[in-house]
Amino acid sequence: MMNLKGFRRPLAGAQPNYLHPPYVSSVKRAPTKRLVTIPQTLSEITGPIFGVERVDVKAFDLTKQHLGEPLGERIIVSGRVLDEDGRTVPHTLVEIWQCNAAGRYQHKVDMHDAPLDPNFTGCGHTLTDSEGRYRFVTIRPGAYPWKNHYNAWRPAHIHFSVFGPAFATRLVTQMYFPGDTLIPFDPIFNCTADETARQRLISEFDWKTTIPEQALGFQFDLVLAGREATPWEPPRPGGK
Amino acid sequence: MNLRATPSQTVGPFFSIGCDRLNATDLAEHSVPGERIEITGRVIDGDGNGVPDAMLEIWQANSAGRYAHPDDPQDKATETRFQGFGRIPTDSNGAFWFATIKPGPVPAPNGSPQAPHIVVSVFMRGLLRRLVTRIYFPDEAANDQDFVLNFVEPARRGTLIARGFSGEKTKLEWNVILQGENETVFFDIGL
Repeated sequence: MMNLKGFRRPLAGAQPNYLHPPYVSSVKRAPTKRLVTIPQTLSEITGPIFGVERVDVKAFDLTKQHLGEPLGERIIVSGRVLDEDGRTVPHTLVEIWQCNAAGRYQHKVDMHDAPLDPNFTGCGHTLTDSEGRYRFVTIRPGAYPWKNHYNAWRPAHIHFSVFGPAFATRLVTQMYFPGDTLIPFDPIFNCTADETARQRLISEFDWKTTIPEQALGFQFDLVLAGREATPWEPPRPGGK
Repeated sequence: MNLRATPSQTVGPFFSIGCDRLNATDLAEHSVPGERIEITGRVIDGDGNGVPDAMLEIWQANSAGRYAHPDDPQDKATETRFQGFGRIPTDSNGAFWFATIKPGPVPAPNGSPQAPHIVVSVFMRGLLRRLVTRIYFPDEAANDQDFVLNFVEPARRGTLIARGFSGEKTKLEWNVILQGENETVFFDIGL
């Protein structure tokens, strides 16, 4: 018997369902059959680890990837990667991507009639430090229209990808900005039923990380599933 | 437990600008021990169309059945040249390809060996959270007793088992069918 601790499952409503009809793209892509619940095995409680050799130390600063400076409002986005028990997750890879200040992605599929910024690519990555902290310097992304429904606009957001300690803790999410008037109307933000969980997606304006004369600071902590308190008992196979 | 976990959100249509950097479709250089395999397939949506903006992430053990991770307690050979992680985008037809080595068996929680398998996360616009599935291998006697496959009703297990094609044992096909009669089995492992 292997004495391994798995990761907690989400509380009811604390993660989105696959099918969320207000988000139209989910309708043809969400699974229609019930997911098969399985215990986490060694395959799920291990996962890829990215060392410093896989990281460009300059990639935390999205405002310095070109000869000139990007247009827009410079911001500092920082925070910690934690688990549900408040334990920090050190040395884990965090990736971000976003549109520019005008609301346009540097991507061939983005047809929004807004200017590209030759000085802004909109992607970055970093490792959390020994205390689980990360920090990015970037530009506040713009809102942009999308085709989900008539007059649909995405609130400003930054995409985050984080690995954590295991395959089971892998998370891709989006960070929003406090006070954004588009948030209540956004079907993607609203896909999670639980209001408290949803509020996790909104960063906080932060004086402590705001740099005078230079950049506003926003704090955004990423909270991953915590470890089970006890090693699991193997459930009986043969169920559905 | 005192903090609420962060909810998942979709990767959206533009993830490649942030994710391509880690793309890895050929996981094992030739000096890595193990049987080299290639796996191709397509990601298909509910209308039967290929999904051109999907990304698979795979995680697997080395040929000895050990993960490149400190929480793997097994006393088996590690392989510094093989990490076991791949990130594989689909092309404009929804097709993907990757090459790796066949993983060795790893233990199930009850200590029995699991049949060789690769765990897979599927990300795309339209998915508010990733889908989790597995790739198993054809003609593998251990599949019948596999700890995880035995949670799946027999009629659907085939969606998790790659198929050989063009008569070559090392060239395999495995598809991700998002909806419908032949829908791939997806697992709930937590997030």
